[in-house]
Amino acid sequence: MLAAVLLMATALTRAIWFTPAERLQGLAQKIFYVHLPSAWVAFLAFGLTAIAGGVWLFIKDARLDRFAESSAEVGVIFTTGVLVSGPLWGRPIWGAWWVWDARLTLTLFLWFLYLGYLVLRSAVDDPEARARYSAVVGILGALLIPFIHLSVYLFRTQHPTPIVANTAGIQMPAVMIKTLFLSLGAFTVLYLALVRQRMALAAERDALHDLSTAER
Amino acid sequence: MSRATPPGMFASALIVAQKDLAIEFRTRSAFLSAMVLSLLSLVIFYFAWDPTAVAAVDVAPGILWVTFTYSGLLGLHRSFGVEAAERAMDALLVAPISREAIFLGKAMANLVFVIGVQLVALPAVSLFYNLPFSSIIGPLALVMVLAAIGLTCVGTLFAGITSNTRMAELLLPVLALPFFVPIVLPAAQVTAKLLAGRPLDESLGWIRILLAFDLVFVYACTLAFPFTLED
Repeated sequence: MLAAVLLMATALTRAIWFTPAERLQGLAQKIFYVHLPSAWVAFLAFGLTAIAGGVWLFIKDARLDRFAESSAEVGVIFTTGVLVSGPLWGRPIWGAWWVWDARLTLTLFLWFLYLGYLVLRSAVDDPEARARYSAVVGILGALLIPFIHLSVYLFRTQHPTPIVANTAGIQMPAVMIKTLFLSLGAFTVLYLALVRQRMALAAERDALHDLSTAER
Repeated sequence: MSRATPPGMFASALIVAQKDLAIEFRTRSAFLSAMVLSLLSLVIFYFAWDPTAVAAVDVAPGILWVTFTYSGLLGLHRSFGVEAAERAMDALLVAPISREAIFLGKAMANLVFVIGVQLVALPAVSLFYNLPFSSIIGPLALVMVLAAIGLTCVGTLFAGITSNTRMAELLLPVLALPFFVPIVLPAAQVTAKLLAGRPLDESLGWIRILLAFDLVFVYACTLAFPFTLED
């Protein structure tokens, strides 16, 4: 956790003071060093949630379910980060806080999807049933994402062309790339640290649940 | 002794569907409320609409699909609600049929339910909003059936899950609506194109999404359903 905080501090310091501002967009472009790593962590978190759920269905290890739960929750936090940092950039650059662009819509529905996942978890008391239901919803959610992606892209798009996941390579000056990768690393470490904390909490909650059911 | 062998997967699914439809036909409680809900929402939408500013063909697709989606959800919830009383679900589970067949049967019954609601709502939209659907009824029916399959399949699975939770009525739409995006969005787009007098060829991309969604999710939901049941 300490390592994560220190790395985050380094990455953000570098992004704010030691990376030149972009010529056309000015300071607003700096939000990119928060926006893209948050999106990366959100996708990583949801992907791992689905995989952990799928594996759980076969080996039924409670730790996998606790990981899925923690990862989904941390993923929702980072998706919220994406949804907040995007409009902050969109207002000066696009002139609007929100537009119904394909990527924005997709992210918004991801957010809804995993909020629903967390609400479902909170509505089931039995740990085994909770793990089963959420594993199924987690897997179907992963199946759904390509479909939402496809349909909102056919609908309309306005988001800047990806400059990192681009077939022609990363379209950025080297100093910005370094900052970006430092930031990506810092966010990933923060994700791992948060999931670890959250899993420890879930383990204690489950232990308490076992104790209280054993007494009855 | 002639009935020693249990029926096959689709035959047993049909029996489950028949059972659900027979219950629904005799009580008619869910269908009546879904019908009234869809008519009511059509009427309420009318008051939120300024006919002098926006043409009826421009609002109709949205109204139609929002109505279909929400009144469909009403029937889906009941699908497992009837099994909860007197723990009828346990009897269904010990029956000599596969769990996949239970799911397919329930989904088929729900499909009939949703199509039934559509058959009431569509003429009502035509009447209240003064729109001629008769010229595009063929392609529109195709879109409605494709969408209904996707809606009922995902909805039936989630209804099964949420029926065992607290606040089931609230949880079902929260879980299911994000899954309805790749159905309602294409369906409303095709409806809009058809109403604007464009040929179906222009909407083939959307139809393909609907078709792919149905194929993937009918398969995935049928496979996933046994995992949602207690062993």
